[in-house]
Amino acid sequence: MDGSRRSFLKSAGLGFMALGLPPAFLVRAAGAQQNSHGKVLVVVFQRGGMDGLNAVIPFKDRAYYALRPSIAVAEPASGEERAIDLDGYFGLHPALAPLKNIYDKGQLAIVHAAGSPDNTRSHFDAQDYMEIGTPGIKSTPDGWLNRFLNEQRATDSPFRGVAVGAQTPRMLAGAAATLTLSSIEEFRLRHQALGPALQKLYASASDPLFRRGGNSLFDAMARLRTIESKIPPSAASYPPGKFGVGLKQIARLIKADVGMEIAFTEIEGWDTHVAEGGVTGILANRLREFGQGLAAFHQDLGDWLDDVVVVTMSEFGRTARENGNGGTDHGHANVMFVFGGRVRGGKVYGRWPGLAPEVLYEGRDLDLTTDYRTVCSEVFARHLAQRDVARIFPGFRSSASMPLMG
Amino acid sequence: MSAPLSQEQKVIHFLNRTSFGPTAAEAERVNRIGIRAYLEEQLAPENIPDSLVEEKTSGLKTMRLNSRELFELYPPPKIAAERGMAMAGEMNAPRFIILELQQARLLRAVHSQRQLYEVMVDFWNNHFNIFAAKGADRWLTTAYDRDTIRPHALGKFRDLLLATAQSPAMLFYLDNWLSVSPNGAVARLAANARRRGINENYAREIMELHTLGVDGGYTQQDVREVARCFTGWTLVRPRGDAEFRFEPRLHDQGAKTVLGTRLVAGGGMDDGTKVIDLLARHPSTARFIATKLSRRFVADDPPASLVSRAAEAFRRSDGDIRTVIRSIVESPEFYSPEAYRAKVKKPLEYVASALRVTGADTKVTPQLLRYLGRMGEPLFLAQPPTGYPDAGASWVSPDMLLTRMNFATDLVGNRLDGARVQSTAWRDTQPFVRLIAPDSLSSATRAALAETEGPDALALLLATPEFQRR
Repeated sequence: MDGSRRSFLKSAGLGFMALGLPPAFLVRAAGAQQNSHGKVLVVVFQRGGMDGLNAVIPFKDRAYYALRPSIAVAEPASGEERAIDLDGYFGLHPALAPLKNIYDKGQLAIVHAAGSPDNTRSHFDAQDYMEIGTPGIKSTPDGWLNRFLNEQRATDSPFRGVAVGAQTPRMLAGAAATLTLSSIEEFRLRHQALGPALQKLYASASDPLFRRGGNSLFDAMARLRTIESKIPPSAASYPPGKFGVGLKQIARLIKADVGMEIAFTEIEGWDTHVAEGGVTGILANRLREFGQGLAAFHQDLGDWLDDVVVVTMSEFGRTARENGNGGTDHGHANVMFVFGGRVRGGKVYGRWPGLAPEVLYEGRDLDLTTDYRTVCSEVFARHLAQRDVARIFPGFRSSASMPLMG
Repeated sequence: MSAPLSQEQKVIHFLNRTSFGPTAAEAERVNRIGIRAYLEEQLAPENIPDSLVEEKTSGLKTMRLNSRELFELYPPPKIAAERGMAMAGEMNAPRFIILELQQARLLRAVHSQRQLYEVMVDFWNNHFNIFAAKGADRWLTTAYDRDTIRPHALGKFRDLLLATAQSPAMLFYLDNWLSVSPNGAVARLAANARRRGINENYAREIMELHTLGVDGGYTQQDVREVARCFTGWTLVRPRGDAEFRFEPRLHDQGAKTVLGTRLVAGGGMDDGTKVIDLLARHPSTARFIATKLSRRFVADDPPASLVSRAAEAFRRSDGDIRTVIRSIVESPEFYSPEAYRAKVKKPLEYVASALRVTGADTKVTPQLLRYLGRMGEPLFLAQPPTGYPDAGASWVSPDMLLTRMNFATDLVGNRLDGARVQSTAWRDTQPFVRLIAPDSLSSATRAALAETEGPDALALLLATPEFQRR
């Protein structure tokens, strides 16, 4: 694996040269006054309910293999088609191999049996609860990322909260202005002559929804033009597809130092009810894109990584037992990945509840021992210096702290 | 705005809600025969000739093919290669079927005379959403739209629910075709490795999304029981002559209890039919469908009085969709000042209304359809079973807004492949203002229009906040 990692870096380096682009550290050195850039939290949402038990495999839990006769991933040993040992108990799915190096460097922490405590198994409800940050209470009007932006009003940058994708996620929706974009390059008016008139018209619109939308739009367009001239697109090897493109755009915004505090992106396709597969198959393909994307992001950021923490989450895990179709149904607890330059990684956190029949949640799913808000609270407190985390997760008190950050 | 609507505003409001946007011809017709008579016409689409749209869609040959023919002509790449079919690129790939579906949807939204019917076809396709790019659904969505949704879009809700439950596209999308009793004879055959037990996906979504609503009063136990009822409701030849079939050997023959109602053992296929009846006539369903329709026709948060009345109309008429629509569109809440332009157009509504109001000669090209995708609504391609949201704030991100502005200027500047606006159209914006915001243009918009000339004035008008709402 070390060999492939080295050749990966080598080919990335060749890519830089082939494109005639200087490596990231040179760009940074060339750019002026970037000494006081802020901290960034990047949230990656895996929509559809990732099968955490096959992403980070509890190979020492004897029940795992009994529950999953056709989709289990074999315990680590020599050979490729097996779990990659992390700590003698858990192993990474082989499609997540690109994350192993980050784990070994101590920059990737894994939290198992984590997630949202509500017992709903509806995608819609579970995503909603996870995004508004009050599981079980639907009436919360805004998302928790937006509440953070609303708490700390250090700057008025239109890039404080950015979602890369087609739609603003619920997690980022609320009173603080945020930006959703799918591409920096295409974020421009095609008929520039109407720009001033439209800008003025939207700025004075009596319709608040459109006034706000128009103001963020024109502000963001103006600033993106300056970014374009300053920060060239990265040559890191992101996987093809929306997820890789999204992370690439986020990395560019981080390096442009535009005052981004929160970034959000998502990756779909985790609803593996049928023919999920084990070492290869539908889930393996999703995990490969996921792992390659995060690894490319890690490489792309270089020493900017010290200011960045990435947290991944999915609305629920999946049934501990495989179903009748070689897949898994909607379950409960899942696994989360947390990485960044100052993350205390190289460790699988969380109490493992086990998979024996009598300890399964509602008799069928992995039980939850870490609320995802505990993980996020740690990041808010230690990375983003948010003192009162209860403002972001109202009504939530973390039962125990989790020393994820140095 | 708190003054009651003027007659002119009422007509525009009515057309904004019951069609894909006012045109001069339709406004004139409503004025001539009156709103009530016009609504009754629209509620009987079978009596409205629709030759223009038939002509416009006649070239879309996949629309008339069955799933076997579609699979033969547009096979997956692997089969195409095995057969040595010339790789003519997009033209014989499954993707082409979806492209024609999207073209037909937009052409009908723009050109059909049966506007309310098309609005409802769009509504039900979204309510009973399937994802056209999921596996075999690439060859099944054409029939789903044509043979499942369209025949019942203004009929009885129960018939529509049953039709979707038995449609190959839904059976495939929500995996029910694979859900089998663990005790059934077939499940014990080693050869049938993919079907060894219950799959709850459809059972959950039929209650949460199709009928009762997430707060409609069902439990995880009900999901389990409904899933048992639907075991054996399956699909034969998903990649070919796809058909619904009840397969007794896959069915769970035991007794079940669904929402407190006991179904005795040995019910067979009737178990599923009874669940359909139970759900279609459940008070939560009346309320849930009434809420969603009120949201579509009146406001994102529809008044409780309106929803109650619509739910009552649903119950009294045994789920007659026309009756529910009538109760909503003829209500005082529908014409209240609060409801006037309260809805943000979703992308299909925005694009179709712009093409309609400008009278653009529309062919519907991939470029036009890409615009819909970037606005957030690629047709037939909503992946989650929830479909697309019907809430204004979902459609007003800076990126979506930018795409709408670019669409407006590309359309009026005749830079859009597939839509031509007559150059006479932009000589005077007043006729457009009367169709978009009669007596209610903001002073900012009026000022901007006064400073803009030629095609830019019309483009500006189509890009205003006023035109983003209906």
